[in-house]
Amino acid sequence: MVLEFKPKGIYCPAGDFYIDPWKPVERALITHGHADHSRWGMKHYLATEAATPVIKHRLGDINIETISYATARQIGDAKVSFHPAGHVPGSAQIRIEVGGEVWVASGDYKTVDDGLSEPFEPVKCHAFITESTFGLPVFKWDRQEDVIAGINAWWQANREAGRFSIIGAYALGKAQRILANIDTSIGPILTHGAIENTNAVLRAQGIALPDTVRVTPDTNIKDHAGGLVIATPSAMNGPWARKFGTGASATSTAFASGWMAMRGVRRRRSADRGFVMSDHADWEGLNTAIRATGAERVFVTHGYTQQFSRWLGEQGYDAAVVETEFEGESLDQVDPEVVA
Amino acid sequence: MKRFADLFTALDQTTKTNAKVAALAAYFAVAPDTDKLWTIALLSGRRPKRGVTTTLLREWAAEKADIPLWLFEESYPIVGDLSETIALVLPPATRSSDKPLTEWIEIVRDLGQHDPPGKKRIVLEAWDSLPSIERFLFNKLITGGLRIGVSQKLMTRALAQATGIEEATLAHRLMGDWTPDTTTFDDLILSENPEADASKPYPFYLAYQLENLGDLGDASDWRAEWKWDGIRGQLVIRRGTHHLWSRGEELITDRFPEFAMLPDFVPDGTVFDGEILAWDHAEDRPQSFNALQPRIGRKTVPKKLLKEAPAVLYVYDLLEHQGQDIREQSYDIRRTHLAEVIGTLPNDAPIRLSANQPFSNWDELATLRETSRERLAEGFMLKRGASPYLSGRKKGDWWKWKVDPLMIDAVMIYAQAGSGRRANLFTDFTFAVWNGNDLVPFTKAYSGLTDAEFRKITAWVKRNTLQKFGPVRQVTPEHVFEIAFEGIQRSPRHKSGVALRFPRMSRWRHDKPMQEANTLDDLKEMLDQYG
Repeated sequence: MVLEFKPKGIYCPAGDFYIDPWKPVERALITHGHADHSRWGMKHYLATEAATPVIKHRLGDINIETISYATARQIGDAKVSFHPAGHVPGSAQIRIEVGGEVWVASGDYKTVDDGLSEPFEPVKCHAFITESTFGLPVFKWDRQEDVIAGINAWWQANREAGRFSIIGAYALGKAQRILANIDTSIGPILTHGAIENTNAVLRAQGIALPDTVRVTPDTNIKDHAGGLVIATPSAMNGPWARKFGTGASATSTAFASGWMAMRGVRRRRSADRGFVMSDHADWEGLNTAIRATGAERVFVTHGYTQQFSRWLGEQGYDAAVVETEFEGESLDQVDPEVVA
Repeated sequence: MKRFADLFTALDQTTKTNAKVAALAAYFAVAPDTDKLWTIALLSGRRPKRGVTTTLLREWAAEKADIPLWLFEESYPIVGDLSETIALVLPPATRSSDKPLTEWIEIVRDLGQHDPPGKKRIVLEAWDSLPSIERFLFNKLITGGLRIGVSQKLMTRALAQATGIEEATLAHRLMGDWTPDTTTFDDLILSENPEADASKPYPFYLAYQLENLGDLGDASDWRAEWKWDGIRGQLVIRRGTHHLWSRGEELITDRFPEFAMLPDFVPDGTVFDGEILAWDHAEDRPQSFNALQPRIGRKTVPKKLLKEAPAVLYVYDLLEHQGQDIREQSYDIRRTHLAEVIGTLPNDAPIRLSANQPFSNWDELATLRETSRERLAEGFMLKRGASPYLSGRKKGDWWKWKVDPLMIDAVMIYAQAGSGRRANLFTDFTFAVWNGNDLVPFTKAYSGLTDAEFRKITAWVKRNTLQKFGPVRQVTPEHVFEIAFEGIQRSPRHKSGVALRFPRMSRWRHDKPMQEANTLDDLKEMLDQYG
């Protein structure tokens, strides 16, 4: 096997390295900077140039090497290259070739061009490792321009009513995707500190993002009335969000997530609006991506793995579920101390 | 249906009550009368008869979506709503339609008259001509149970805004056995003197749990009645017939044939409010709620059950007297009339008066309350002597003063995802107590935790699943929860030998290691004491 599924992560014996391992190892190839894919404690890291600044920002002083997209590198007996996964800026599918057999570990991916990340490129392979965060036929994303138009209209209406619009989005990826596509002429945009930190890292590496105001304890909220506030999902229900208005001048709240496709989830979050926007592939996206690889074998790592792999099996693939510690898109960010 | 879909979207896109009322009032101001009437009907739980089975709907949806049926069935519990699952899997519509709500409802209502291929053709055509939200609503019209976060109270308030008619008046007009096929918007809502309906009940007055006894003031202003656990019922006697209504506005006359004799003795124009209880005629006192339970779901009652669990109406209020609505009169006056009416009935009439428990100060009543469980009572109802009979759940004049619930600390051993708003979240748990070194399951519980706590436990369940049995996950025994419940009964059907009444999670005992959870012996001791 070109890749093996080990207790510490996805392992390549020919090159003696892991891909996105969840336990400390000697050498780790990292698909992207989200916390469930790039973890602390590896001796050596390898990631794309565009993914590296965020990984360093999160993990601090680590031993990391960078690589350009589509550049082959020999590691032991394995030939390795990174290819755009379209998930977040710098995200990669990792292609590994050993003795003529090609495997691709895709990490997290989406097939639509979000106007921010390097667009997804299909990579031909014999075996493909896929996520299935939204691997059910109920998940079908609307066109990005329609979703963005919905967010613009919501913001505009709130601004006219003198309300803040506050939207919950991932600090890496979703927040910047909104920033990169929103109509900035509507009003000022404010950001939660965790998001602004990521913005700063991305701006420093040359990614163009509109001007934003970092919300600090000293920020005079009134100066930015009717603004769009981009918050981390976990800040949405706390005192941080309440300072933008309560009671009669209450903010209008929204989440941007693939989970918003389901009404039950939307109501449970008790947000006013749910915009269906995900950095993961929808049902059609997953199926198209897998077809485009020409792979015969497919390993399904996280999400609706049982259902999706059974479906793939019926489509004629040699499909199997692989247990990993990847989490995909989650609205329910949990305080680790409580769960441990 | 576009206007109705826009209303639905507006209601669904806000969590704020005022915005919901405004959206509804705006709709009531412009929609055609038949659509308004149907909207009122739908929001008060009325619906067209189902003309097609959900099994067929699932098959057609899977076929149209070009997915295997098993995949549809796997998606359904994750979405948590059948109508929504269908709307989500179907390909986009290729046509459009501008039929109003009422016309769609007629199509849904008449579905039952077609043969299966005819039904299929109609449903597929509808799916193909409706955009996503309207398609979801169309499915809801077929399957019933459209919940859109609008209570009847909210709807009534909006209707009051749109029509200028007082809320309480509207609440009364909306009660009873009407459907849009039997009335019109004019007759039901606008008419000053609505077509007299012999069965029409009054809105129930519902009490809150007492927060602070100290707030009630002088004990002499208050009356106390023992509170028994039965089925809240309103008995309407007019024109020589009787109608029995449950609190959920369900007509349950036929389930309690005992009351059929009452129109012979009770004068026309009498409406009682009370509790239906299974009665122990030998001891002349209520049986436990468990005795009544087998009668709740039954439309026809076998003789044996009638004998074992004879029902009485335990009356505590009189809403209509000699054909007059007397709800505005004080409790004390209504009770005087009530006592007079009861006084004329023969002794074997299936009616008992909920007597006032005399007391001279709160301490005395508090001491008596401690004896509730021995009497199979839940505690006291406290009612202000000068209060009118209000409609709906209101604070101030009526209070439930129940005894504190029983508590036991138990270990969570199974978890199951909820549905609807709680889909994708583990909310249904099975709890166990210790029997030696074994954990014996004894109850399920679904409520009592905050959304944040449910999210935490969901994340934990995902990481600590030992085994899956269909939708049920066996989890590592670790977390202890305090389970509160109202009563305990012997139950041969349960492994533990006990069944609890109203179990819920009152606290997540982060502080308690699972070894310190309670034991089966503790439960049995409670059973001996309170069962």
